[in-house]
Amino acid sequence: MIRVALRGLGGRKLRATLTALAIILGVAMMSGTYVLTDTIDKAFSQIFDESYAGTDVVVSGKGADISFQGTSAAAPSVDEGLVDEVAALPNVEAAAGAITDESSTKIIGSDGKALNTQGAPSFGFGVDATHPDFSRFNAFNLVEGTWAEGDGEVVLDAGVADREGYQVGDTVAISTLRPKQDFEVVGIAKIGDVNSLGTATFAIFDLAAAQELLDREGQVDTISVAGADGTTPEQLVSEIQPVLPDDAQVRLATAEAQDDKEEISEFTSFIEYFLLAFAGIALFVGAFVIFNTLSITVAQRTREFATMRTVGASRRQVLWSVIVEALTIGILASIIGLFAGLGLAIGLNELFKALELDLPTAETVFATRTIVVSLLVGTIITLVAGLFPAIRATRVPPIAAVREGFTLPPGRLHRFTPYIAVLTMALSLFLLGYSMFRDELDTASRLLSIAGGVVLLFVGVAMISSHLVRPLAAVVGWPARAIGGAAGKLARGNSVRNPGRTAATAAALMIGIALVTFVAVLANGMKASNREAIEDQVIADYVVTAQDGFTPFVAAAGDSVAEAPQAELVANVRSDLARVGDAETYLTGIEPDTILETYRFDWKEGNDSVASGLGDDGAIVDANFAEDHDIAVGDTIRVLTPSGQTLEQEVMGLYEPPPFYPLLGGVSVTKERFDSAFERPRNQFTFVNVAGGPSGATTAALTEAVANFPDAKVQTREAWINQQDEDFNQFLTMLYVLLALSVIVSIFGMVNTLVLSVYERTRELGMLRAVGMTRRQARRMVRHESVITALIGAALGLPLGVFLAALVTRALQEFDVRFSVPWGQLVFFAVIAVIVGILAAIMPARRAAKLNVLRALQYE
Amino acid sequence: MQTEPQAQSTNGAVVTANDVTRVYGAGETAVHALRGIDLEIQRGKLTGIMGPSGSGKSTLMHILAGLDRPTEGEVTIDGTPIARLGDTELTKLRRRHIGFVFQFFNLLPMLTAEENIRLPLDLAGGKNDKAWTDEVIERVGLGDRRKHRPAELSGGQQQRVAIARALVSRPTVVFADEPTGNLDSTTGAEILDLLRESVSTLGQTIVMVTHDPNACSFSDRTLFLADGLIVREVAKADAHEIVTTMEEVSHL
Ligand SMILES: Nc1ncnc2c1ncn2[C@@H]1O[C@H](COP(=O)(O)OP(=O)(O)OP(=O)(O)O)[C@@H](O)[C@H]1O
Ligand SMILES: [Mg+2]
Repeated sequence: MIRVALRGLGGRKLRATLTALAIILGVAMMSGTYVLTDTIDKAFSQIFDESYAGTDVVVSGKGADISFQGTSAAAPSVDEGLVDEVAALPNVEAAAGAITDESSTKIIGSDGKALNTQGAPSFGFGVDATHPDFSRFNAFNLVEGTWAEGDGEVVLDAGVADREGYQVGDTVAISTLRPKQDFEVVGIAKIGDVNSLGTATFAIFDLAAAQELLDREGQVDTISVAGADGTTPEQLVSEIQPVLPDDAQVRLATAEAQDDKEEISEFTSFIEYFLLAFAGIALFVGAFVIFNTLSITVAQRTREFATMRTVGASRRQVLWSVIVEALTIGILASIIGLFAGLGLAIGLNELFKALELDLPTAETVFATRTIVVSLLVGTIITLVAGLFPAIRATRVPPIAAVREGFTLPPGRLHRFTPYIAVLTMALSLFLLGYSMFRDELDTASRLLSIAGGVVLLFVGVAMISSHLVRPLAAVVGWPARAIGGAAGKLARGNSVRNPGRTAATAAALMIGIALVTFVAVLANGMKASNREAIEDQVIADYVVTAQDGFTPFVAAAGDSVAEAPQAELVANVRSDLARVGDAETYLTGIEPDTILETYRFDWKEGNDSVASGLGDDGAIVDANFAEDHDIAVGDTIRVLTPSGQTLEQEVMGLYEPPPFYPLLGGVSVTKERFDSAFERPRNQFTFVNVAGGPSGATTAALTEAVANFPDAKVQTREAWINQQDEDFNQFLTMLYVLLALSVIVSIFGMVNTLVLSVYERTRELGMLRAVGMTRRQARRMVRHESVITALIGAALGLPLGVFLAALVTRALQEFDVRFSVPWGQLVFFAVIAVIVGILAAIMPARRAAKLNVLRALQYE
Repeated sequence: MQTEPQAQSTNGAVVTANDVTRVYGAGETAVHALRGIDLEIQRGKLTGIMGPSGSGKSTLMHILAGLDRPTEGEVTIDGTPIARLGDTELTKLRRRHIGFVFQFFNLLPMLTAEENIRLPLDLAGGKNDKAWTDEVIERVGLGDRRKHRPAELSGGQQQRVAIARALVSRPTVVFADEPTGNLDSTTGAEILDLLRESVSTLGQTIVMVTHDPNACSFSDRTLFLADGLIVREVAKADAHEIVTTMEEVSHL
């Protein structure tokens, strides 16, 4: 029996290959995701292990440990004198201080602009290479040159040196908390064997130089400590603990590394789930394709199954023959997909790179988990998709062997299909509604029920779509009839001949189109909301931000821009993390004198004079934040900063910023107050008003004013909004590329269906050719049928996507997301569907045209 | 659960039909294809069934072979009443008792001749009697065509494969519906020889529907159907006799 199945498969290689491709892509995406994220994980874990090699315990500043929306505050620095104190302890063999700053060191690239790390760290390290124990604690691997000594020298990271073409002996400009300066590249280093840190960069200075550049005179960020022989790290901790001041702490190096790893694996597992979601979509579409192909195959093999029954095959054996076929396709496709994933991992990394989101990579990791999960999921999905056709095959009665043109009667459940479809959709809507509008769900179960709801919605629509094929084909088939003549007319007829088949084929494409539409509509709404939010708040002519647009930048840049003669009025907005009561949020520091000229408060309680008259012990609070945390005007709130300082502020007013993008933090105080509480204050924005409004010359002059702070970027308000749209578009491009995968899978499905239909109609085609259809017409007939099927997919997918977007927009109501349909884009997607249809038809149409008329007529 | 065949009928009948009727459809458009058939098929004999087109020959054969169920009446095969057997029992019955030869051969295109022939044994899962399979293949004259696919065989050769496939499980009875209907007369004659020979040398019981008077001259006994009833029955007869009987039957 297994032989029958395998031989059957061997005899239909093209079909089997196309079917397998449907699942190969999904599995490849899955295994590629695992390979990529494992590789990234490994790179990070190497970085952290390397960083703490030779170190038993680490002394560092003890801060408030605040983190909000994925950003954590850096620990404060400690006094440099502590290094000697610790080193003097009896069981301490060696101790060395170092500077590690995560965000202020911006290397200027070969194009003269600061390298944009897209939010990844831009490390500035300070190490003392002359320290007798330097090599013991050294985390870096100097590939070339020497360590930096004194001012004016730097060791660059190998990734940056490679990308930007810097070599030992070159001069590189770097901005720190001090304005841009030139340094001589004296060495090139890696962390361990990690080839590239992705978009992250590092520069290693001499310790004293780093202290100066990064505003840490007399301070260090970490003290690496090694114990004498026979001392355990735990003993060291208890020995060091008593000599530390309140603002310092000592931790095991292993615990430190573990924490770092955990923090980063949270991030990589986010990427993992994100990419796996697309693998899941591709697999889901693949399941449709497999289901459809096997269903058609089973229908075409009715006679074969019946014959097997007459010569003694049991139902179970027939079932097995189809299942073995599905299983074989599933296993082979999964194996191919698994290895294709290795290549795809590189492709995904390139995609990230192209979008300037690349991440550290080490040697490729091909974990057992990758192998097991990819093979299992690929095989099981194929099997599940093959189950229904297999069961249908068992219902072929032996008598079908002798009845010409026997077709399987519809199944027992067929009558109920519309009801089941409606039920499925109702369940789906329930799940979607539940997941989107219930507040108390945690993220995991919310996402799961959304995914479940969407899957059910697609299945439900697919089930009912066989009833929609006829009317839809009548509409979308109109152009085919109009331009395709007789061939077009036949094509339309063919597409409704077997509505179930057309529906399932179209449904696969529908999924891709619906998701693309969903993304486009939602994104369009978000862009509109973003623009509105900014226009509502900002009334300044210019905005200065960091290059990436969202990380804070050196405060001195804001002072520099003020020196430009064109700058009439400047309002700096400081920002950093803080804890208010027990809620973590951003604390902003504003300048009461100028803020009102550049930022518009929408007051809930209070008025503009609250802002202009804000005193050092006052605070303005975001009304949403206030509501969530029971804060009212007149209350005194306690604001804890990362360095452990507490500010007591009286709430003077509440304002309601647009919830989609509030530019200021939950709590705002005066800039002076802010600066008193943060060691190294940074700006989120600097708003600038100029005389006579924005102009090219003014932009150039302001840009020139901040030239020494290459991380600062001067833009008009309009340009700033457009820049954000562009950044967002880049993210959208990535989503489209990833969704394209599932569209490609559905193309395979369409090719498959067409090939099978052409094969099935061999005789009929022969007859048509015999009565005068030209090859061209035969090709056109197949092509039009394909386009009609694709358009049915679009006709189902577009409204479905719009509907899902409307639903999500509604669920995001509290963020004030607009609902705005990008009609132009939707038309574009419909055009894409037509192209998909034409592409899918190329090969089947050629086959139909190549048909030998005589042979076709003899064909049995 | 296996329904063990009961003791064989003493008179040597391996297949019996008892007042079998078959109505297709219902109401106004109902077709009474069989209107009360009683018959017994003798062991080790070649029984021919003849009759005008539409007289119900195929319908009868499908019911005798358990492919279709009678509307009323009962059929036994080797003593087992089959009208109410479930699918599993029918499958077992087929494996053990029934072989088929079809007008359109019905070979599995992806299997070689030999694999097609072995298929019933493989499906039944018993031990593979190689010597017997080889003998059957030799008997039907396909010794040098074992590894060929059906597409690489002539119609006659394909029908030989089908006959070998029907014989290989040593079924109690082989049913053949117009086995020569799709072949030219010379090839047809060879196929009939082969069927005749398997009756005489192997003692195989065969029931054969045919339109060909020559074919029935090979039979031990020929039943004539008209309008859903057995209207005549002749013992071994020559082609001329059969043609005359057919003429009579057609004018009934
Ligand atoms: N599946 C069916 N549904 C309805 N009517 C049928 C069906 N099969 C056969 N019939 C009718 O039953 C009658 C007997 O048909 P059957 O096929 O048994 O005739 P036959 O003797 O084999 O004819 P032929 O020599 O042409 O093969 C015919 O009138 C036919 O139209
Ligand atoms: Mg017939």
